[in-house]
Amino acid sequence: MEQDKPWALISEVGGDCGLLEDHLDIVKRHFQVVCYQDFLQNPELHGPQVQALLMWRYYPEAQPALLRMLPSLKVVSSGGTGVDHLDVSFINGLGVKVSNTPGVVSRATADLAMGLLLASARRILEGHLVARDPETRRIPLNLVGTDVSGATLGIVGMGDTGFNIAQRGHGFEMDVLYHNRNRRSLEDEQAVGATFCQNLDELLRRSDFVVLAVRLTSETTGLIGSRELELMKPTATLVNISRGQVVDQDALVQALRSGTIRAAALDVTHPEPLPRDHPLFSLPNVLITPHVGANTPSTGGRMVEMMVESAVAAIRGLPVPNEVKPN
Amino acid sequence: MAEEKPWALISEVGEQGYLEEMADIIKPHFHIISHKDFQQNPQLHGPKIQALLLWNGFPVVEPSLLGLLPSLKVVANGGVGIDHLDVPYINSLGVKVTNTPGVVSNATADIGMALLLASARKVVEGHQVAVDPKTTHIPQCLMGVEVSESTLGIIGMGHIGYKIAQRGKGFDMKILYHNRSRRSVEDEQAVGATYCENMDDLLKESDFVMLAVNLTPETTGLISHRQLSLMKPTATLVNVSRGLVVDQDALVKALQSGTIRAAALDVTYPEPLPRDHPLLGLPNVLITPHVGTNTLTTSLKMVQQMVDNAVAAVKGLTAPNEVKPK
Repeated sequence: MEQDKPWALISEVGGDCGLLEDHLDIVKRHFQVVCYQDFLQNPELHGPQVQALLMWRYYPEAQPALLRMLPSLKVVSSGGTGVDHLDVSFINGLGVKVSNTPGVVSRATADLAMGLLLASARRILEGHLVARDPETRRIPLNLVGTDVSGATLGIVGMGDTGFNIAQRGHGFEMDVLYHNRNRRSLEDEQAVGATFCQNLDELLRRSDFVVLAVRLTSETTGLIGSRELELMKPTATLVNISRGQVVDQDALVQALRSGTIRAAALDVTHPEPLPRDHPLFSLPNVLITPHVGANTPSTGGRMVEMMVESAVAAIRGLPVPNEVKPN
Repeated sequence: MAEEKPWALISEVGEQGYLEEMADIIKPHFHIISHKDFQQNPQLHGPKIQALLLWNGFPVVEPSLLGLLPSLKVVANGGVGIDHLDVPYINSLGVKVTNTPGVVSNATADIGMALLLASARKVVEGHQVAVDPKTTHIPQCLMGVEVSESTLGIIGMGHIGYKIAQRGKGFDMKILYHNRSRRSVEDEQAVGATYCENMDDLLKESDFVMLAVNLTPETTGLISHRQLSLMKPTATLVNVSRGLVVDQDALVKALQSGTIRAAALDVTYPEPLPRDHPLLGLPNVLITPHVGTNTLTTSLKMVQQMVDNAVAAVKGLTAPNEVKPK
């Protein structure tokens, strides 16, 4: 019966950060739902009832102050793969499990990585602006881009997303290199024609397109700084679909200004969104999308299904699918 | 010896014509004269010219120009499309026509996929939101459509269409194709492509319809009201062929009414479109100004191929890529 369903706290429905209506229907199959604003009106009412916090686009934030008001909380289910925004050890310390939704976003994100790579290489944005410009009288002859087919694709981080990017690059007859903490199996490498680079520097030197597909951890923070950018070819493009902090943004601005690299295409920055006067906006060779890597209709629904599945298991004391443990 | 090099007429070397690197490919084989210099004294220069190297449609090959070139042996086009040339007429003057198939395919297939992805995932709108001075937070509603595992319907499965199929397969797309003739089983299996004898079936089932045909009398207006209405309302039309393959008025109506989701076009008719054309004002249209072959390496390969063709024709040998009338 409805009243027997456990309670879940969410940010809101609709708006910029909330669950979509379709997503809410998925949640309501298993939960009674309270939105954050309503919860704050009367924390004593719902606080003790809430057993699951369903975090969508980082909201509601799992801050200690909020967690203290949720004595019955069993699980924080975060939508997305990254959990760099969560202090997993602290949350676990309260007897609360954490789950994420790996895998489901990897194809949509890989698609976007290729979309950014191609749009940057072939100057789609400029082309579109010229095509629409009221002053355009002739087809421009000098809107020349760089080749994607046959170029060298260097993938940093060969998890699900990186592997999917390799598969797509392989379809473009690209020479695929990858750098990862661990080497993939021979079958995996052969399936996508990928060559392992034990040394990140080697990948940076050889690649025409460097795509960052790592998780954000203490090791990968600032992974790409001035030194790494200097190693890249001056004709190379940096594509980032990981997290903004994987790149030293100030170093990136310098590198783009000085022609140390050709261009950058970023789905992620730090912060998001960037301050409106950020130097990245003044550079002609930068393409930025507002963290849309997972923004396809079915991806969202699948993410919510996984979140609900993990939350239900946690509440029942069963093993939690996609549980995240501290590093 | 240098004096024995034949003469070739080109548009010009410079921003509106051939880059220096491209001219460097021609110069070992031909003395070149720009159209402007030629026009200073056509009677003097005309009889020397044995090859006309045609780049981006210039110099325009009209009877009036051909009449001034009595020694002309070949019109060597840069690019594979020759719909702008009256091949039977040119042949009737004893002049061969050549084009550059093959070398353009990778770059053109890449642009087709670039347009497909940019449209599907709203890359241009995303950028504009990201840099907009009024943007205060990341929008949720910038929702695209799936590319992975969606259905890609390719109309025209020549060299370019096949390269597009290869790229689509990398995205685990289901590949359908329509072509005058069916490909071999091995070709189909290599890219996981299914033949649609009936183009209507392809139109009904595809999430992305990609046009990769030559422009001929048969393909002019190939995509009109009826074809657009068969497409899914969630589908995207991508055109890397020629503008005239699509009935543009029908396309405008289909986009305005939601008959299809969006269009992404590297080619229009004319090029560029008049500045008040409705296509330029529609939010669900992405247009690039015919940049399909615009990479330096592709351009250099095209020029090399033009030169190879022109050299052979001038020597009276078989040109590798002679275009014969149908």
